[in-house]
Formats: sequence, C-alpha cells, structure tokens
Amino acid sequence: MNSMKKRWLSLYVENQDGVLSKISGLFSGKSYNIDSLTVGTTEDPTISRMTIATVSDDETFEQIKKQLNRLVEVIKVIDFTNIFVRMKEIMYIKVQKCTPEDKVECFQIAETFKAKVIDYGKDSLLLEFVQTATKNDAVVKLMKEEFKVIEVVRGGSVGIESISMMER
Amino acid sequence: MKKISGNKLLVKALREEGVDTIFGYPGACTIDISDELYKQDYTKVILPRQEIALVHEADAYARSTGKTGVCLVTSGPGATNLVTGLATAYYDSVPLVCFTGQVARHLIGNDAFQEVDIVGITRSITKYGVVVKRREDLGRIVKEAFYIARSGRPGPVLIDLPKDVMAELGSPEYPTEVNIRGYRPSTGVHIGQLKRALKMLAKAKRPLFLVGGGVNIARANEVFTELADKTQVPVVTTVMGRGAISTKHPLYIGNLGMHGAYACNMAVNECDLLFSIGTRFNDRITGKLHSFAPRAQIVHIDIDTAAISKNVQVDVPIVADAKEAIEKMLEYVEEYHTGKWLEQIEEWQKEHPLAMKKKPIMTPQDVITAINEMFEECILVTDVGQHQMFTAQFAEITEKKRLLMSGGLGTMGYGLPGAIGAKIGNPDTTVISVSGDGGMQMNIQELATAVLEELPIISCIFNNNNLGMVRQWQKLFYGKRYSMTCLRSGAACRGKCGEVECPKYTPDFVKLAESYGAKGIRVTKKEEIRPAFEEAKKSTKTPTVIEFEIDPEDLVYPMIQPGGTLEDMIIDS
Repeated sequence: MNSMKKRWLSLYVENQDGVLSKISGLFSGKSYNIDSLTVGTTEDPTISRMTIATVSDDETFEQIKKQLNRLVEVIKVIDFTNIFVRMKEIMYIKVQKCTPEDKVECFQIAETFKAKVIDYGKDSLLLEFVQTATKNDAVVKLMKEEFKVIEVVRGGSVGIESISMMER
Repeated sequence: MKKISGNKLLVKALREEGVDTIFGYPGACTIDISDELYKQDYTKVILPRQEIALVHEADAYARSTGKTGVCLVTSGPGATNLVTGLATAYYDSVPLVCFTGQVARHLIGNDAFQEVDIVGITRSITKYGVVVKRREDLGRIVKEAFYIARSGRPGPVLIDLPKDVMAELGSPEYPTEVNIRGYRPSTGVHIGQLKRALKMLAKAKRPLFLVGGGVNIARANEVFTELADKTQVPVVTTVMGRGAISTKHPLYIGNLGMHGAYACNMAVNECDLLFSIGTRFNDRITGKLHSFAPRAQIVHIDIDTAAISKNVQVDVPIVADAKEAIEKMLEYVEEYHTGKWLEQIEEWQKEHPLAMKKKPIMTPQDVITAINEMFEECILVTDVGQHQMFTAQFAEITEKKRLLMSGGLGTMGYGLPGAIGAKIGNPDTTVISVSGDGGMQMNIQELATAVLEELPIISCIFNNNNLGMVRQWQKLFYGKRYSMTCLRSGAACRGKCGEVECPKYTPDFVKLAESYGAKGIRVTKKEEIRPAFEEAKKSTKTPTVIEFEIDPEDLVYPMIQPGGTLEDMIIDS
C-alpha cells in the first residue's frame, strides 16, 4: 500500500521565466525525487506542459500533487497513474570502438527494438530509440554489457492522455 | 491618456489598494519611488533602521490589523535582508507585499553593483514572486500581488522592480480585477464532508477541538466561541491558535505540544475525536507522529489542501476557510453530552496545574500575571525563546487581548519590531512586547524608530543573561554543558568558566533605552513589577523599556522532548 514506485505527472504551467526553477526547486527543497522532467510549449504559446516522473510512496505522491497545485504558476496537474496515456521517451545511443561484428549486432538490436541507425562512422554508430522509458532502461542495460564504449542521451518521457473509448 | 512612469503608477496602485502605511528603506534602485512617495500624502512611510526589522514591522502591522503589510526596499543587500522576515511571514501565513528594487534590465545577470536574484533567493519562502520585466505588466502584477497575498492561505509576495522598467512611461491605468488561471483559492464548504464530520462529532464520547492559527487569521474567534458554547466540546489550541477562544472560557484547556499543559496533552492522547481547525500539525505539537492522538479519529479543516494529511493522516479532510466552515457548522450542531469527559479533563488539570513554582524572587509568571491584571486591552508581542513559551502559557488572551509571535519559523528579534508594527496599526491599543535579552539585542536599533514615531510601546526584557531556551536543553539533555549560551562570556573567561569572575553583562539596557530617548526601568524584585507598569502606562508618546532580572534556572515546564511522546513529559525539575 505504501510502496515506493515510479509515477508520472503532467503539468500545465505558465510559460514564464522562473517557472521551471520554481517547480524543480519545490522538488529539491522538499526532498522529493525527480526521475525525469521534460518541458515544452503547447499549442498556446503562453502555456507550457511538463511531464514529470518521480519515485515516491503514496503519501509523498499525494503531497507532491497538492504542493504543485498550490503554485500560482501551475494551471493544472494531471496524475497519469491510473489513466490511459501515450508516453514515449527519445534516446540516442552512440556506440564507439565498434568492430564489424559489433556493427552487425547494432543493426540487429535496432531492428528488434524498432530503433533507427541514424549515423554511421568508421568504428561508430548512432542509434535513435523512441519507446517507453522502461524499455529504454532495458536497452541501456543490454548495450552496456554488449559493447565497450557507449554514450547515452535521454530526453525524459513525454506523455499525453489517450483518446478515450467513447471518442474512438 | 497621459502616460506616466512606473514609479508613479506604483504609488497610485498603493492608494488604490488602500495602503495607508508602508515600511521602507531607500537605496539607489528605489530612489525614484521614494521621490514619488514624497509628492503624495496618502501613504505614510515608516523608516525603520534595518530591513530585517522592517519586514517584521510590516508583518506585525498586517497580523494585528488584518490588512496587507507593504515593504519597499532597495536591491542587493536591501533585498537579501528581507529573507528572514519573508520566511517568518510565510510560515505564519501573513499577507505581505514586498517591493524590491532591481538594477536596470540590461545589467541583470552582470553581477552589477547591488544586484541579486532576489526572486530566486526567496522562491521557497514566498507565496509568489516575480520580476517585472515589462512596463505594461506592472499594474496587473501589482494587482495580482495584493490579491494573492491576502486570499486563500495568506502569505508574502515579492515583486522585483528593475529601475528602468519603473522609469519607463506607460499606461496610467491600474486594473480593478484579477484573473489568474492557475490560482483559484477554495471558497465554500463541502457540505457532505462537513456532515460526515459532524456525525462523528455527535457519536464521539471524548471529542476535542484542536484550534490553530487559521482561526485567528480568519478572524473566526467569535463564531468559534459560539461553536464551543453550543457543543460543549472542550478546546485545546496551538500557540498560534491561542486566543481563538478566550483563555478564561470554561471549555478552554490550554496549549498542547512540547510545552503544552499536562491536561491538554492528556486530552489529545485520550480523545476519540480530534476535531482540528486551521493547524498544520507541526512537529512541535505532535511530537512523535505515531503516538499522536492514538485513540482518535481526526477531522481536519484547513484552507490549504496541502496542509491536510501532510504530517498526520486524517479521516475527514475539509478544505475551507475556518470562518466559513464554522459558520456552516453552527447551522447543524447541537449540545453534546460531554460532562464526564470534561470532569476527566478537570481532574488532569488538578493533577498537574500549569504554574511555575512560587519563589521569593521574581519569576516570569509574576510578570505575566501583572500584565494580565493591569491591562484590560492590549496586544502582546513576543520574541522567541523561554519568555515566549511563558507568555504562551500564562498570558490571558481574550476578546480584547491578542497575542502575536513568530510561531512557525521561531525568529529571534521579532519582538520589538513586532510591537512597533502592531502599535502603528493600532495606535489606540496598548502594545506590550516581551523579549529575552538575546532576542532584544537582535533588533534593538528599532528603539530609534519607536522613539521617533512616538510610539508608547512597553518593551519588556526578561533578562537572564543567557540564551535561555537552548540553555534549558543543555541543562536537561546535555549534562549542563552550557556551550554558546551565556551572554556574559567572552575573552576573560574563555575556557575558565567557574574559575574566574564572570565579565559584566553588557549592554546596560536602561542606559541604552535612555540614550535612544526611551524610558528605561530596571525591575529586580516582585514589588517593583507593578510600579514599573504603572509608570509605563503614563507614557503617551515615549516607549518604555522594562528590564526584568530573571533567574536563568527558571525553566519552561512541562516539556516533551523533541520527537518524544507523552511518556517523556517532564512535569518539572
């Protein structure tokens, strides 16, 4: 019941200076965990939308939502825990010091995980993954074991509510 | 329409908001605002001696009048000096609007002279903070600031004003309405939840009201008293809630918590329904969380959603303004049969009444008893420490007597500036501050403000030559190793405490008061207490400083150790 687990929130916030700092400051000041945080503007240029992943227990998560709601700059907080959402994270992995066998393996991995090989060097490859953060975690783990030198950049999850059954 | 500068618009805005008094300290970045204030006579400007005290003055002005306190300070050090006062106001939910000067926009980020990112520095201790980046936003931002500061759970708002934005000409319009899409304070009361809570109240055998500062902030004292009368449910308060119901009321038991009365903490321990209003269950009242109110279901009414179930898990949460909720409750409640429960509480009160040991020499309780008996109407302002707890325990707070203090943050140095702010807001009411000798010295420069503003405040110093509350902990829990708490210690006795004669205490508060142009009285014996207050009462324009010589061995009892439980309660030495 009181389990620590990963949870996601989506926030509509004012697109103003200092808002990101206010939100991230709330998390650090109150010792809440941020697993990832993404932010970008919406169709309305005065509003930004954030997707935040946090690892917390039930009580802390309730507090996080309340504390966020209380900020003047936060327009709306949506809890993604119990609703259907579409959520993906972009991730680049550069594999360096590749042998020809490594390269073949990279292509196999790309095919399996529906990734793209988007750049190619003498002894290196660049892969692009767009999938859930959990799958990206698994890929990182796998590639770290398989290759000597890899370089990882992740974008953090972005999510949106699914279109409901009624609308489909 | 004729265009006006931002400075002019700001002063116009103050008038529109009905700000008759501001607390300000000038500087290069706000000199143009000072100039505009010079040209008008609606808003009175108080000039304290230090920005740290300035915020406390605005804060106490706001707490004692219900208006919004307004501060104006310059950039850089002027702004950073606000930090402690902003946090003080934030923790006690005091509505403040603080204007800080800022360097011109093209200099921001250059480490310019007297430039700091004050909005960034104060982000976690303000309800809202913003830099005005465009002249056309100024009116709207100021309007929003006043609205945010005083609505919902009140709090301090900071507006940073770059000098060039303020000089720019623009619209003279000050908006009349606000519309902030991310800020909609709760209004109304959820009747379903309230009825659920009242059903529990009706069923409870040992119900107890726990009242916090929220009831005082909502000015719900009268309706709450009516509620207690009607239901016959006993009442405990936090120190911030003291005065929600007269301390002389037969249903009032006292304060709970670390230095709460025995009967109060027993009542919380034994009650089967804790009906709490306007409190955030701070650790100083709950002690160890899992043994707090172990037999009780908990109802919690608070204006701040985030205050509910933050520290204590509650059974019935109700988000509402205290006054609105209590007024609604009055429509449904009836008298409950609490006779037996009240008898039990009375027994606890008899078992360990709240009183200091009677001694031939003067005790803090003697002084506070004299205040209780000699003043029919007053505002009491405390500093932070033992004297604060003595006041919270023994001061009578009634319809005509109120108590102000830094409860949440525990800011030493609040007492004297607090009394000044309260007196400026309530010129016809006697204002008495109670400070320790430590806290008094943190803002003693404000005696100059009090003298020049002709404020006949009565400033009591409980001088025990020590930082008494910390010393108390050292005496009880640290083997009497009095590290850093003796205010007489210095080079002459370093490492030789007890072997050499103690250095002479400094300052001489009586002489100091006199040098400021205030009256100074030293009280060393019980018999001198009343004459000193009689003398102070005569003053109509001059502040009186009364120094009481207090025994450092007078400790605040009862005491529950930090993080402790009821079983750890120390009744007395």
